[in-house]
Amino acid sequence: MREIAIVGYQQSDCVSDAGAQNEVELIIPVVGRVFEQVGITNAQDVDFVCSGSCDYLQGAAFAFVLGVDALGAVPPIKESHVEMDAAWALYESILKIRMGHADSALVYGFGKSSPGELPIVLSQQLDPYYLATQWVDTVSLAAMQARLMLDKGLITERDMAEVVSRSRRNALNNPRAQLKGDISADDVLAEETYLSPLRKGDICPVSDGASAMIICTVEQAKAWGKPYAVISGIDHRIETHNMGMRDLTDSVSTRAAAERAGMGNGKVDVAELYAPFSHQEIILTRALGLGDDTSVNPSGGVLAGNLMMASGLSRIGEVFDRIVAGEAQRGIAHATSGPCLQHNLVTVLEAA
Amino acid sequence: MSQPEVLHQEFELGFTYTRSTGPVVGRFLTELKQRNIVGIKASDGRVVVPPMEYDPDTAEALSEFVDVGQEGEIVSFAWVKEPREAHPFDKPFAWAMIRLDGADVPMIHCVAAEREDQVSTGARVRARWADETKGFITDIRCFELV
Repeated sequence: MREIAIVGYQQSDCVSDAGAQNEVELIIPVVGRVFEQVGITNAQDVDFVCSGSCDYLQGAAFAFVLGVDALGAVPPIKESHVEMDAAWALYESILKIRMGHADSALVYGFGKSSPGELPIVLSQQLDPYYLATQWVDTVSLAAMQARLMLDKGLITERDMAEVVSRSRRNALNNPRAQLKGDISADDVLAEETYLSPLRKGDICPVSDGASAMIICTVEQAKAWGKPYAVISGIDHRIETHNMGMRDLTDSVSTRAAAERAGMGNGKVDVAELYAPFSHQEIILTRALGLGDDTSVNPSGGVLAGNLMMASGLSRIGEVFDRIVAGEAQRGIAHATSGPCLQHNLVTVLEAA
Repeated sequence: MSQPEVLHQEFELGFTYTRSTGPVVGRFLTELKQRNIVGIKASDGRVVVPPMEYDPDTAEALSEFVDVGQEGEIVSFAWVKEPREAHPFDKPFAWAMIRLDGADVPMIHCVAAEREDQVSTGARVRARWADETKGFITDIRCFELV
């Protein structure tokens, strides 16, 4: 099988409201920076382009097509899109390269969530007869998941607050983070509940922004002469959309994806986990069996800023950054989609 | 330089089409219209409410309907202090996972209560029907504490 490398990754700042900037204006700077990082000039210099976004955020069918304006629509390019987080656009691009249909690909994800009421917008992606019709918001679903864990004694509110505290402190070193600060678990617990049992701190913020990545064969990476990390495994698994039939206190699909991606074949120095709610970081850490020798969410994770449809790709990019900086030899990145960690993707990255 | 007036247009976000709900979802919704709740037996015998068309583990098509009770128990809940405009109440309420009597799998619906401390895991609740039933999940107006 062809070995695939990441050669470039860029993310915008996570901002609570990008104002008048439209999606194209969010994408152009990160795509431009990632071209510069790799030493190429435009989308003509890669063989394939794939993006991830959600038309529901823009509230119009085929809104994602406008994103292509960020690349220049002429001359034609080979281009595709997933109505998912761009981590799945990466997955599609990897398949394209493995099949020999491309040697390099640009992957980008973008989301401008601020104009709408995100938890209600996301309610419309649930079962259309049983849930979407009730307008049950995704924060409430996560709150029920957290209570299941609290009731079973699997976690305490302090455990959740410690996740929030670590996220805010780690984010102090992340210039692109939206929420950061030297905040203790006691500070978090001092807040009253917002959507009980969740406090506002337990919930990721709503953010606008984009991220972009360039991947290629290892041969192409060497030809470009830029530092790279190798993607040694990637897999994704999904659970039923009936939340009542899932064990919401565990993440069996994350564990299955990690096994198939080969996570267990070596030490994990760093793990970036897409946990939009504090208790979900604990579910994921346990499902993956991560111990004290793994640095979890050194970027602050998505509790520090959550770019819908780009944060999954950014988790992979954050691990890439640490490997090329020499801070880690091997790491994993997790991306999620759907309510309460329904669908999960795990990528394993290794130093070249 | 003066700011130009921002163009705006009314737009309703929603499903702009109708479709048949089929023999499983349709049966459930039709029963709701008659103020009755049915579940379906999964491959392993568990009673699933609302019914699913296919078993998520075996992919087997499901067809054995079972009447379930209109009362049940709260498995988990979220207390909504600040209801959103789209929510079923304009005052605080709970979303809950409710296991109906005769069912094995909890369903998600709303629970009316005055205060958070009235709601708890394990609490008994009963369906309150809408004044007019139409064959929607919202024919169950809410669940009320027994």
